[in-house]
Amino acid sequence: MNIFAVISGLQNTVTQEPFGEFSWILNLLFYVVFIIFIFYGQRIQMYVMIREVEGSLYKLKYIKDEGRKTAIETIKEIGKPQVDPTVRVDRFLEYFTISPQSLDPAGVVWKLEHILDVRDVRFKDEVKFMAPAADETQVNNLENTLEAAMALNYIYKVIRHYYLLGKKTLSLYIIMQLQMILPLIMREAEAYASALKAFAYGQPIGDGAGALVAAKLMYGHEKRKIPKDCVVATVPIEGRTAYVIKAEGPGGNVGKIGDGIRTVIEENEGKIATVIMIDAAMKLEGEEIGEVAEGVGAAIGGPGVDQFKIEESLLKYRIPINAVIVKEDIGDAVSPMRKEIFEAVDKAIERIKQVILEKTKEGDKVIIAGVGNTIGIAQ
Amino acid sequence: MSRTPQNSATKISSFVLIIIFIGLALSLSALMVALAYFGSGNEVLAGYFLLVGFLGVALSTYVLFQTRRRIMRLKIEIPPVTTTIECRKCGFKSVREFQRGDYIFKEVEPCQKCNDKMLITAIYREVKEKLGP
Ligand SMILES: [Zn+2]
Repeated sequence: MNIFAVISGLQNTVTQEPFGEFSWILNLLFYVVFIIFIFYGQRIQMYVMIREVEGSLYKLKYIKDEGRKTAIETIKEIGKPQVDPTVRVDRFLEYFTISPQSLDPAGVVWKLEHILDVRDVRFKDEVKFMAPAADETQVNNLENTLEAAMALNYIYKVIRHYYLLGKKTLSLYIIMQLQMILPLIMREAEAYASALKAFAYGQPIGDGAGALVAAKLMYGHEKRKIPKDCVVATVPIEGRTAYVIKAEGPGGNVGKIGDGIRTVIEENEGKIATVIMIDAAMKLEGEEIGEVAEGVGAAIGGPGVDQFKIEESLLKYRIPINAVIVKEDIGDAVSPMRKEIFEAVDKAIERIKQVILEKTKEGDKVIIAGVGNTIGIAQ
Repeated sequence: MSRTPQNSATKISSFVLIIIFIGLALSLSALMVALAYFGSGNEVLAGYFLLVGFLGVALSTYVLFQTRRRIMRLKIEIPPVTTTIECRKCGFKSVREFQRGDYIFKEVEPCQKCNDKMLITAIYREVKEKLGP
């Protein structure tokens, strides 16, 4: 448009004619543009969208490559492998898990649990092979690092799939859907990228809020291991006996809190006044980070196996369950713990004490379970 | 995606850069033409060119900054994470940068004041966020 104006302007300066002579050209140009937009508007819009998706795809590829690089470097640094782990890491990133058939849903939880157990053992073995010099904590951290890299790899591949499909078929609806969910996908990818760094360094993450509450309560008291990957401490609180449970740290680990709670309930033959669970939970946009809220139900994320088990064992003895949550968004949950969340832990402890005072009598037994990834948090 | 990202990324940006600079040159020349028209007294035409020139300059600088911003956004920054170490006996407190191997409730080097064991009590990052409504 301005190129044309300049050219006609230059002609003007040469011929010294008034601009009005050329106004029909501008008019024509206007009509041409108008007609082009009527017939090809959608197509132009589609190309703009494709470009936008392409830009995000480059960013995703960059993030995933960085993640892979970080994982390999960390393995080399900590694991001191004899051979270059790159090939093994690349193979690891392509691992998949097939979820169990749920056509006949009875008993699907146990099938899912079994498959998740197999996956866990397989991953741990793989990491031990890649990093022979790593200790237990470091193996856990490396496994978490690799899982984050795996998630990034998968996100990239799915987005690339729809991008290529959309480009091949020139289907506005594929491209449009992709472009619509991209902001959320990008947020998630960035969250995984920062999670990866945190795991590689062994820093506590926002998701560890629940584990930190338990760690603070049990610090200085006698601890023992319970199945699986959990620790429990008997802590006197406000004249009650509290069994505080968390995943065993300071390696990256979520433990099987469900099994832990069941073990403690069975040990006490169901004589538990109440169970209190603490977890980090997704906040809604606009809610304050580190807000502490209280409710009922089993506050635990993940694939649902642990929640199922907890609900089953509670139902058996009709034990009431209370939940205290610390609110944060997906980005905060997997990146190094923010100060607000760290400070919210003390507020959560206050809330727990309040619940104990209100819902139980002196001499009662309660279970306090801190849920979350306990990376960077000992006990 | 057999092409490497760095290559195509730089290719795209250099192509875009050329277009931006051509646009910039053209708009600048439009401004020059406007100036010439002012000299010859044709103010209506001069105004027209002035408008086109300014629009062109604004548009091309905007696009230039946009592409620059896209490149800058590609970097993943590591947030600074601090470790707080506390003495359980005398309450002496020190804050330092996070080091690999740190974890909450880890016992570290003895206290400078009373020689008692010190403990890592906090590891967190501080985010300075813009205030919203
Ligand atoms: Zn001291």
